[in-house]
Amino acid sequence: MTAPAIEAVDVTRVYSLGGAEVHALRGVSLRIEAGEYAAIVGPSGSGKSTLMHLLGLLDRPSSGVITVGGRDATSLSDSELAVLRNETIGFVFQSFQLLARTAAIDNVALPLLYRGVAKKERRERAAAALDAVGLGDRKGHKATQLSGGEQQRVAIARALVGEPQLLLADEPTGNLDTRTGGEVMETLERLNAERGVAVVLVTHDRDIAVRTGRQIYFRDGLIERDESKAVAAL
Amino acid sequence: MRLAEAFRVALDALRANRLRSLLTMLGVIIGVGAVVVLVAIGSGAKQEVEAQVEGLGSNIIFVLPGSVEFGSAPSISRLQLEDVEYLGRVIGNPEAVATTVSSGETVSVGSIEVFSTIAGTNENIPNVFTRPVARGEYLTSTDVDTRRRVAVLGSGVSDDLFGDIEPLGRQITIAGVRFRVIGVFEEVGSAFGVSRDGEIHIPVTTAQQLFGVDRIDALAVKAPTIDDVDPLRRELLDALAEKYPDEEFSAVTQSQILGTLGDILGLLTLVLAAIAAISLLVGGVGVSNIMLVSVRERTREIGLRKALGARRRDITVQFLIEAVLLTTVGGVIGMAIGIGVSLLADAFSPLPAVIAWWSPVLAFTVSVAVGVFFGVIPARRAGKLEPVEALRSE
Repeated sequence: MTAPAIEAVDVTRVYSLGGAEVHALRGVSLRIEAGEYAAIVGPSGSGKSTLMHLLGLLDRPSSGVITVGGRDATSLSDSELAVLRNETIGFVFQSFQLLARTAAIDNVALPLLYRGVAKKERRERAAAALDAVGLGDRKGHKATQLSGGEQQRVAIARALVGEPQLLLADEPTGNLDTRTGGEVMETLERLNAERGVAVVLVTHDRDIAVRTGRQIYFRDGLIERDESKAVAAL
Repeated sequence: MRLAEAFRVALDALRANRLRSLLTMLGVIIGVGAVVVLVAIGSGAKQEVEAQVEGLGSNIIFVLPGSVEFGSAPSISRLQLEDVEYLGRVIGNPEAVATTVSSGETVSVGSIEVFSTIAGTNENIPNVFTRPVARGEYLTSTDVDTRRRVAVLGSGVSDDLFGDIEPLGRQITIAGVRFRVIGVFEEVGSAFGVSRDGEIHIPVTTAQQLFGVDRIDALAVKAPTIDDVDPLRRELLDALAEKYPDEEFSAVTQSQILGTLGDILGLLTLVLAAIAAISLLVGGVGVSNIMLVSVRERTREIGLRKALGARRRDITVQFLIEAVLLTTVGGVIGMAIGIGVSLLADAFSPLPAVIAWWSPVLAFTVSVAVGVFFGVIPARRAGKLEPVEALRSE
């Protein structure tokens, strides 16, 4: 078996809010294998979003280690972290986070811009990514001209365009109705199956979570239950 | 990210907020425009005054009683008419020494009355100054020696008194005394803000009698070449010191006058430019302010870009380029407007305006620098945003 896509070892995260310390994560160890399809489930405030930020290298743990492809991310500088993030992780957010006045294809190409890919290649790869999520006919549309489901699929295309090892999706269906939410889930599942990219969903919706191969239940900053064979809970 | 890409991203961001970008640029446009216009007017004034001084003639030395400094009151003159001859003998060229004693008097022809500067002069004026006579003759040594009541009119005063009528041979009345017009000057414009076309020249001897004085105001001596000016100046001063051991005299050369005037007008131009530069500075503060607002507004976008792999430097550079683009485009527009207004002012107003090559270049460079200087704080703030915090802001 190849190296895990990402691994967290005894990770904690403490915020100070107005003098009071908030322990969002109290010591979490988690290993996401390459090509895995998993869900982090828990009520709001359970620490699941904090973990997603840490796994996404958007934030640093207060203690513990996060390794990406066997590489310790906690010792990297901000710039090195940005490069690693760009190369290994794709994000799908609940609120899509597209640039409103920018065409779909340019939204998708954005990660490649920061990777220094030339414009022609950026456009080709972005077009291919849009084709892969079934939006080949929407390339020139601005984000504001697309429906919610379409916007989220543009966001998925953007997450995939850089060919990451791991796709982190934070409540990807949270702002969508059941039908379009289902379409977005099917897109994610298909890409996971076809491309072998590891997908980690963060959700409070158990119906969504059970579609994945592994459910990691969160409560009060700790993993409560990890329903898969690769158990790494405390 | 390559710089050209950052440039394009910045340009897109500015285009997305056209009105705001334009209003932000306005401060810089006005600042740069004001610098260019005011420097052009200052330079124009300097050039015009220099042209006037040079238009008097070449290699002229002015001999004046007392110690002459710009801004000091003239002293009581001790120069006499005989000094003209004396200095002419000393320098060995009597024809190169001109003299003047002037007074303002009422001049009339029939019922037309004007107030004019009457200059009592000798026949050497045309030898020293560039003062061509359009019609008739200038004063002769006989006119001076015999105290004839003859006059040479400036073109302006001639027009005022006679209009379309030919003045040669006609009578004019100066301070109650009748004179015959024997010549009319060509139009020469003004010197030191005084129109020389409003002057009337009469023999210096006649003038002394008319004004009731025995002094002369000043002497003007022409040196044969530019290299003779300084030795001649010393020679004149030495001669006067010998004759009047207890008196003080000044001999001022044209280049000294030009130098002093140039300094004064250069300073004036600098002050004007500095005042205009303040508005450029205020424009820069405006850019900084709007960029800070923009960073706050686009916090979520910055967070997203960081999540997608933008480094701190990428974000800082993007916002810095936005600020510099604002001031640079504003600078170019301001430069164009400044040059346009200067040319219009030169063509349609009495203000002379000359665009010095360095003023648009300087204004442009400064506006770019203003963009960098005032863009750094907002750009750094943008770059420092934490992606998690930035993404959370809605």
